[in-house]
Amino acid sequence: MTRMQTMRLSVGPIQYFWERQRVLDFYQQAADSAAQIIYLGEVICSKRRLVKFADWLAIGNELKQSGKQVILSSLTLLEAASEIGTLKKLCSNDAFMVEANDVAAIQLLTAAGKDYVGGPALNIYNHHSLQLLAGKNLKRWVLPVELGLEALRDLHLHRPEGVETEVFALGRLPLAYSARCYTARSHNLPKDDCQFKCLDYPNGRMLKTRENRDFLVLNGIQTQSALTHQVLDQVTELASLGVDVLRISPQNTDTMRIIELFSAACKGRELTSLTEELLSMLPLGACNGYLTQQAGMDYGPQ
Amino acid sequence: MELVCPAGNLPALKAAIDNGADAVYVGFRDDTNARHFAGLNFNERSIVKAIRYARDRSRKVFVAINTFPQSRHFGRWRTAVDRAADYGVDALILADMGVLDYASNQWPDLRLHLSVQASVTSAEGIRFYHENFGVRRVVLPRVLSVNQVARVITESPVPVEVFGFGSLCVMVEGRCLLSSYATGKSPNTYGACSPASHVRWEETPTGTDTRLNGVLIDHYDEGEKAGYPTLCKGRFQVGKNTFYALEEPTSLNTLSILPQLKQIGVSAIKVEGRQRSPAYVAQVTAVMRAAIDSCMQDPPGYQAKEQWMNALGGVSEGAQTTLGAYHRPWQ
Repeated sequence: MTRMQTMRLSVGPIQYFWERQRVLDFYQQAADSAAQIIYLGEVICSKRRLVKFADWLAIGNELKQSGKQVILSSLTLLEAASEIGTLKKLCSNDAFMVEANDVAAIQLLTAAGKDYVGGPALNIYNHHSLQLLAGKNLKRWVLPVELGLEALRDLHLHRPEGVETEVFALGRLPLAYSARCYTARSHNLPKDDCQFKCLDYPNGRMLKTRENRDFLVLNGIQTQSALTHQVLDQVTELASLGVDVLRISPQNTDTMRIIELFSAACKGRELTSLTEELLSMLPLGACNGYLTQQAGMDYGPQ
Repeated sequence: MELVCPAGNLPALKAAIDNGADAVYVGFRDDTNARHFAGLNFNERSIVKAIRYARDRSRKVFVAINTFPQSRHFGRWRTAVDRAADYGVDALILADMGVLDYASNQWPDLRLHLSVQASVTSAEGIRFYHENFGVRRVVLPRVLSVNQVARVITESPVPVEVFGFGSLCVMVEGRCLLSSYATGKSPNTYGACSPASHVRWEETPTGTDTRLNGVLIDHYDEGEKAGYPTLCKGRFQVGKNTFYALEEPTSLNTLSILPQLKQIGVSAIKVEGRQRSPAYVAQVTAVMRAAIDSCMQDPPGYQAKEQWMNALGGVSEGAQTTLGAYHRPWQ
């Protein structure tokens, strides 16, 4: 079971609503990064259309030419008929593999006989679920963010052949999804007239407790952690557990440098200075409690 | 439309049946269900009595086994499925694919419902569970508008159940980790949200603070009624404002749209609240029974009676109710 290896890095889909040019610039930089896998597409809100489907395909083609594996990520919460239509288009594309962030995507992809990645919101909590999906063309899965190393170790005892494991390694945690848009609500606007307020918060909008403690981040219909989950200190353990891919979730600054830090850590560089630099680049602070079955907001050495 | 009511113990189940529930859903006394609270739920003796009580009155009992087991503990979920099947329950309400797979293979004749915890919001998603596990009914999360529910029903291969009354989850069920972020325990892993073990009520010079694992969920001035610190229903600061940033303490109430739900083809109406008292279950069931009967007899003439609204309002969170996501402006 202990197959030591060099883990690969991925860039997760951008969770936030960024200006179009910012997105294009971001992926131009990512093309030259140490990340080998890039997830593209809108996973939060179908009203965010500054980058269209054809644009994502074009970005994907450029990244592919730079040697990256490109995956198109599907919307997480499906509500409107139009969103199902977009999903069908996505799942029938012949250019790139799809990350299924909802079971509806799995249904469409298996019907078409296509391979896919299972995203973090799919709720694969045990090896029975993983084996079931492995029998339906699942090629990689992302550990649900609230599961820790213990659950992963157990699950890997029965990991099906040919399925890679990816772990959410850096980023504000995707904690919840709702029909309601909290960013719009925080501006006293209904979702149907949101005025695209998310554009003003490229790292999400802070929600504090009444004693001024940074607690959560509002990102449209998604709620994230205020603290940034990071597993840099655990790269050796994750590799020894057989993890194949570490996911870096984009933040509005320093993402490329963060990829370099993780790349160095995966190659065995001494961690103290890497961690110190990483912490200085996070918008607030770090957390990693989920790794050890603690509260996700906790942070401590292993 | 079938009326499906909650029961956390035998007296609540009897209250539900005596007041007109067509079916009652229950859970076992462990973390295999999403209301894993101290002193709640059924053991072998009480569930056998429950099933007999329901059977004698031609009503049904469903068992919710709707949390997500981790590999090490999967056996407990398997045992729960086997026990429920052995007792002869009318249906299991399941969420995890592994558990669904086990139940459908081991008990091919047992009726399976897809729990709201499976987060399915589309006909494509329903087809996945129907084709792979033979699921015969689906409970939709509280995130779709009435029009969206209608479209899902039109395209769904199986009947659809929706929430009609009770505490309102504002996040998609099965995809909310707020509780484990703050406490380490979530509905998915542990079967409870904002668990009581992590709650602190603190008297301060200016009133009462409610905390969840140290995080201030709300502060109540003297004279203000303090509520349970459910994470998504506290007051927080966003920008310069302090307000119920996610949702107010409120309950979902669909009395005013029952004819619409009937018209679009909803098969069953679910009442939330296995953690509630038998008195609560009795009152809510009686109102919902009367309302559904009235709606079925004369849909165009139906009106939500003031006495029903008052009765439900009185037992609601924060003494107020909402149509939630069914009503577009709420979103």
